[in-house]
Amino acid sequence: MSAGPVSTGPVGGPVDTGMILEVRDLRVRIASRRGVVRAVDGVSFGVPRGGALGLVGESGSGKSMTLRAILGVLPPEAQVTSGEIRLDGVDLLQLKGAEVNRLRGPKMAMIFQEPMSALNPVMRVGQQIAEGPQIHLGLGRAQAAERALELMRRVGIPDPERRFRAYPHEFSGGMRQRVMIAIALSCDPEIILCDEPTTALDVTIQDQILRLLTRLCRESGVSLVFVTHDLPVVAQVCHDVAVMYGGQLVERGEVREVLLDPRHPYTLGLVRSAPDFEYVRESLVPIPGSPPSLVSPPSGCRFHPRCAFAEDDCRVSDTPLRVLPSGRATACLHYERTLEAIEADRARP
Amino acid sequence: MSAIEIPPGPAGPEPASEPVLVLRAEGRHASRWYRQPALVAGLAILAVVVGLSLAAPLITPYSPIAQNLNDSLLGPSSSHLLGTDQLGRDTFTRLLYGMRLDLQIAFIAVLLPFLLGIVLGSLAGYFGGWVDSVIMRLVDIVVAFPFYVLIIALVFVLGPGKGSIFIAITLVGWVAYARIIRGEILVAKRQDYITAARSGGLSNVRIMRRHLLPNVISQGFIYGMSDIVQDILAIVTLGYLGLGIPPPTADLGSMINDGQNFLSTHWQLTTIPGLAVVVVGLGLSLVGDGLADLLRPGQ
Repeated sequence: MSAGPVSTGPVGGPVDTGMILEVRDLRVRIASRRGVVRAVDGVSFGVPRGGALGLVGESGSGKSMTLRAILGVLPPEAQVTSGEIRLDGVDLLQLKGAEVNRLRGPKMAMIFQEPMSALNPVMRVGQQIAEGPQIHLGLGRAQAAERALELMRRVGIPDPERRFRAYPHEFSGGMRQRVMIAIALSCDPEIILCDEPTTALDVTIQDQILRLLTRLCRESGVSLVFVTHDLPVVAQVCHDVAVMYGGQLVERGEVREVLLDPRHPYTLGLVRSAPDFEYVRESLVPIPGSPPSLVSPPSGCRFHPRCAFAEDDCRVSDTPLRVLPSGRATACLHYERTLEAIEADRARP
Repeated sequence: MSAIEIPPGPAGPEPASEPVLVLRAEGRHASRWYRQPALVAGLAILAVVVGLSLAAPLITPYSPIAQNLNDSLLGPSSSHLLGTDQLGRDTFTRLLYGMRLDLQIAFIAVLLPFLLGIVLGSLAGYFGGWVDSVIMRLVDIVVAFPFYVLIIALVFVLGPGKGSIFIAITLVGWVAYARIIRGEILVAKRQDYITAARSGGLSNVRIMRRHLLPNVISQGFIYGMSDIVQDILAIVTLGYLGLGIPPPTADLGSMINDGQNFLSTHWQLTTIPGLAVVVVGLGLSLVGDGLADLLRPGQ
């Protein structure tokens, strides 16, 4: 598995950079009664071929909207206003609907958070898996059914011949998520977008599903974008991580570095508020305040109202992601402060 | 491009530690159809009515239209169970053939608006925007008129006969289906499984046909069962007004009308077809209610 460096800033020019997916300055707006919500506001990242990128952040930080924008399945009131989404060098935003439709399935696929609601309740499970290959790979009914059976076997659904004819409500939660994985893999995609695929599962099942997913992706060289708010899950699945806050990326880098040695106060807050992590401390520390309104976001750094280290310039200057000498990127103007905070935490007995 | 090699045999090291299947939804069928008294009663009534109408040629030796003026206005007897009308036709025979025709028309007449309404309602709900506006304005226009006024006016313009009845009922009846299905689709299309279907690169037509319609069509069926009752009443009403099936063909509506002149002396000529309409309507309503309970989601 090639886990290349995280894409850094705008590059321009030739397209092949070893990246299967490149997102540049993506902006998504949602029309709502309270005004225009800037759900995604200038997000850029890249996913290397065969790599796995985690996208973390709290609810409403724009992670799911980013995924949906990539796939082109935003809700009707949401709209991509600018940016580039290059899948294998091709800008998806420049393609017509029907052309993108041909890529959904064979090039990119998605796994949803709630496997029950993401499966059609009145369609047999086997048919739901066989549908994609029938359309995109031009398989006949029997071949597609055969492929569905193989996929079911592959994702560890026992006795696939019998389960083929079952309906989703007859499956347990973990089995449903296995079905979703089988559907996502059914047309040999190059990248799978996962929207909190294990949030609805209990931890033992979650572990099984994560192992299955990472193993299958490694075996077939499929890249992953993995959206979650669960830091240990990111650490288990991803090589790189991008932290999202208020519709923007605030930090990006190799997953262990970012989680063990954050370069942004928000990441530090996330790590401090998460239990069960190597970063040892006496008690969990919540991040004060609540996420910013994306209708009228705070000026300057969006995190400054909740940030313990905020200074005057944080309130006024824009804070684009800057690449540090180490190859990591942060949006924080005073990221050294997080270093001091971490030192202080570690110094404590 | 990553060609996925699918290895034979069971998959690797993530054994399923959980039960694969949850309880095979016994609750789903807790209300089995034969435990629904309304449905059973309705089906029984319909079985008798439909059975009698279908077997009409075997049950009675008479023709429903051949006149026999020597035997006009006879009372009930062993040879004429319900007597004869003013033209000497056996009332029981005409009743059976009349029900046969009216039921047949009603069943066909409910299908056409069902299909039209479901297609237009799906388009309106799925695509929204101007498609929705155009279709829903059409609905508003039709709904602005009372049902019977519009039906009678249309049949009057088109001329009596089966064809006009079908056209009139279709043009008026589709709106209810369109509204129901549009509403259901508006809700269903926001479900995750539709986003998932879109994520799978399926075409709009396929998403509508394979993923949306199967989830919403039961609401159309439920309405259809009560719509049949309305249709059969409309057909009888048109017959009564002389706008239905042209004479001498037997039809419950025209029988009720023909018998009116003899109401004081031969009440059965009008009352019996009227009762037949009530019984058929009752049977269909009961079946409709029972089916609605059975199909209605979320029990």
